[in-house]
Amino acid sequence: MQRNLMVKTIVIVSTILLCIYGIIGIPKNKAELEYNIQRNIKLGLDLRGGSHLVLQVQVQDAVRTIADRTMDQLKNQAGKAGIEIGGTDRNNPDSIEQADSIQINVHGVPTAKSNQFRTLVGENFSQWILNPVSATDYKMTLKPTELIDIKRRTIEQSIQTISNRVNGLGLTEPVVQQRGRADADYEILVQLPGIDDPARVQQIIGEAAQLEIVEVKEGPFATQEAALQQKGGILPLNTRLVPWIQTQGTEWFLVSRSAVVTGEDVRSAKASQDEFRKWETDFTLSQEAAGRFENFTGSHINERLAVILDNQVRSVATIQSKISDSGRISNLSSQQEASDLALVMNSGSLPASIVYEERRTVGPSLGADSIKQGIIAGAAGLLAVVLVMLIYYKKSGLNAILALVLNTVILMAALSYFGATLTLPGIAGVILTIGMAVDSNVLIFERIREELRAGKAVMAAVDAGFSKAWWTIVDTHVTTIVSCLFLFLFGSGPVKGFAVTLVIGLFANVFTAVWVSKTIFDFELSGSKPVTALSI
Amino acid sequence: MELFGATNFDFLGKKWPFIIASLVLTAAGLVSLGLRGGPRYGIDFKGGTMTTVKFAQTPPVDKIRTVIDQKLGFGASVQNFVGGDNELAIGTEGSDNNTRQRVLDALESAFGQPTSGKLDVNNASGSDIANRLRGPLTASGALLSDDQINKLASDIRQFRDNSSHSGLLSSFDQLSAVSGVTPQVISVLRQECYLSPFTLRSSDAVGPKIGGQLRTQAIIATLCALGGMLIYIAFRFEWIYGLGAVIAVFHDTIITIGMFSLFNKEIDLTVVAALLTLVGYSMNDTIVIFDRIRENLRVGRRESLEGVINRSVNQTLSRTVMTSGLTFLTVVALFLFGGPVLHGFSFALVVGIIVGTYSSVFVASPIVLFWHNWADKGRVTAAPVAVESRQAVRGTIGKGSQKRL
Repeated sequence: MQRNLMVKTIVIVSTILLCIYGIIGIPKNKAELEYNIQRNIKLGLDLRGGSHLVLQVQVQDAVRTIADRTMDQLKNQAGKAGIEIGGTDRNNPDSIEQADSIQINVHGVPTAKSNQFRTLVGENFSQWILNPVSATDYKMTLKPTELIDIKRRTIEQSIQTISNRVNGLGLTEPVVQQRGRADADYEILVQLPGIDDPARVQQIIGEAAQLEIVEVKEGPFATQEAALQQKGGILPLNTRLVPWIQTQGTEWFLVSRSAVVTGEDVRSAKASQDEFRKWETDFTLSQEAAGRFENFTGSHINERLAVILDNQVRSVATIQSKISDSGRISNLSSQQEASDLALVMNSGSLPASIVYEERRTVGPSLGADSIKQGIIAGAAGLLAVVLVMLIYYKKSGLNAILALVLNTVILMAALSYFGATLTLPGIAGVILTIGMAVDSNVLIFERIREELRAGKAVMAAVDAGFSKAWWTIVDTHVTTIVSCLFLFLFGSGPVKGFAVTLVIGLFANVFTAVWVSKTIFDFELSGSKPVTALSI
Repeated sequence: MELFGATNFDFLGKKWPFIIASLVLTAAGLVSLGLRGGPRYGIDFKGGTMTTVKFAQTPPVDKIRTVIDQKLGFGASVQNFVGGDNELAIGTEGSDNNTRQRVLDALESAFGQPTSGKLDVNNASGSDIANRLRGPLTASGALLSDDQINKLASDIRQFRDNSSHSGLLSSFDQLSAVSGVTPQVISVLRQECYLSPFTLRSSDAVGPKIGGQLRTQAIIATLCALGGMLIYIAFRFEWIYGLGAVIAVFHDTIITIGMFSLFNKEIDLTVVAALLTLVGYSMNDTIVIFDRIRENLRVGRRESLEGVINRSVNQTLSRTVMTSGLTFLTVVALFLFGGPVLHGFSFALVVGIIVGTYSSVFVASPIVLFWHNWADKGRVTAAPVAVESRQAVRGTIGKGSQKRL
């Protein structure tokens, strides 16, 4: 019996030490103590402030881009093979649900060359299914496996790009990850702790930053209509109209549809100031693109180039001489705009546009208030419980309080060891764990009282109290754990955090209320004098 | 100290008034829900934007409502954020990117100085403050590097956001407590910035798709949790016990949701967490009583089931009162001091603990009794010896409980 008690005491003391180490580490001074606590008990966004975003990637954009590229390549290769194609077009899926319906229509393939055309598509565009519509017309649809693959890649690339951008902001522990079902939801979860400027971050994340440097055909025009009128109502083949929005008014330029250089060719970008101390973003091109750029500028001297960002002209310049590997976007309003743009260009472009499904921002002042209120409420609740337990159960109440405190310590340590974050619902979970812990103690004490009332000796009454209450405690705990399991599986965000803390608390409670508490009783009753009365 | 010694109240004898009370409460809740067209969902479940704003004084709700209606147009709701200090919740439909900004602009136009071209320090980020101060500070001859200005701005921001100011400064002189804020800096602040009497505390925008998803998730989670508990109790006791417990818990949930409807409170994600907690608590209470009933039945005294249940409820009475009382204390503490964010959560628990405690005695136990009386009656017509059938019932419970021994 004595040896048994010794072993139990050692287990309990080492658990306590392990838990305390988990929470505060081994601090040498007060500052280190505070630092360790902050590092080990991670606070959720709702407590320290920050932004929680759920983005939906518009995968149909990526599918459309692929169709466009395929159309270009098809015309190109067919031309080389001597097949005269009348024309191509595609449908325009504009929602995620319609993404799968992408279809390219090929018109006017000469009947004499139809076999040649089929072979060409079969060999070079094997991800597409070719179906004849009439003798000269065909439709092409993407294979289902290819569709899945495109969407998966789109999500991966989006996550990568957003991660790059978010990491460039220098936040501590941002989260960027896939959310929901991979093949149906196309959602990305972004959590940015401690951010105090949510609007700016959203802009950085959401900006497509599609950079293009294109040849200017004609312009500027005062309005879109004026440009169209001059061209007889129809834009020349392979051209488009792009606006240049300036403070004095908007001008339109007629530019080539295909770009000489795009954002993918950018090797690096940085903010700097021009000779008039205006902010600009300078960029350098990759080697391969630099070669292409050099050839183009060499053969187009005295013609004009436009730098286009997200379908808006940012600057137009006349080619004075051969340019090889660098360029700049000038006339930016502030250093921040210039450096944000550099960040976005460095991180690559998003393969598809983004829609915000959920945006939650907690200001740091609200977080600080919530912590304060949570602590006050917790302390007030705990104090009330402690007082009532002491008055009602006297010395045994002390026993329960010890178990309670230990329970809270274990809970905090477990959160720290698992790297879980403490959120507001989590604090609620802690407070409710305290309630459950009290319940276990009350159950046991009431049982002991009953046994004493029935005339049992102190030792026997304590043993009977614990053993009879045991199965009730197991039943109540298991039922709650079962329900927490479902909360964890199907719940979202806050509900999940609540379930995690409650489950940890319940396990800790079985240990403290039953095992530790019993050991303390045994310890009290194990003295050399037989105990005849229990303070309960 | 003891509240109850060996009591012997006839709980089940007085069940009818309580069952009627339960039915009345449930009906009142359901009628209220019906009249209002379902529960009042928060933006978590219906989509939209919720912005909370803290004011320096009591906020002029009517003026705010007018200006929000004017600038945002679509069915805005402005309400006091219950439990908060001069705080308001502004609910707007739509969850597009700049609703937060539009709410801010609307409030600035009514309470700030939007035309002065100055910066509102109470609603500015650290980098905003730094950018605004950089030029004038340099011009005024302060020798500060870029990093020092950034640090100064972030210190000012932190001072504003700590819990003694809660994000609201009332005068620039308060900032003299921040290290590095010299009288010179304060005079630059006065010249370049102003302090509006409000600050945006948080903003939640939820798209309609996610809203629907969260609602479905919450319902599935609750139903699964209930199902899981039903199975566990059925396995540990007898199926009718599981059913009784689950009906009792369901009754608690309905009444609590009804109370939310009666008091016109919104149901959001934290309230769902509270509902699930109260499900756990109520279940806890019920199981403690059921455990006792099982134990007493095993002793095998010749006593009617009603007597056994009554005795069990009496034996566990002081535990029930103690636990519920103590939990009630913690929940009341949460309700009083927990702040506005936890208000809905703690309200649900305050209601839930009262209803949950009572339902264990007056809903769950009577169901078990009714079922057995009904089953016995069925057997009485088949086999005339009623006492034997009682033992048969007891036998099955005994068998169930032997599994764990």
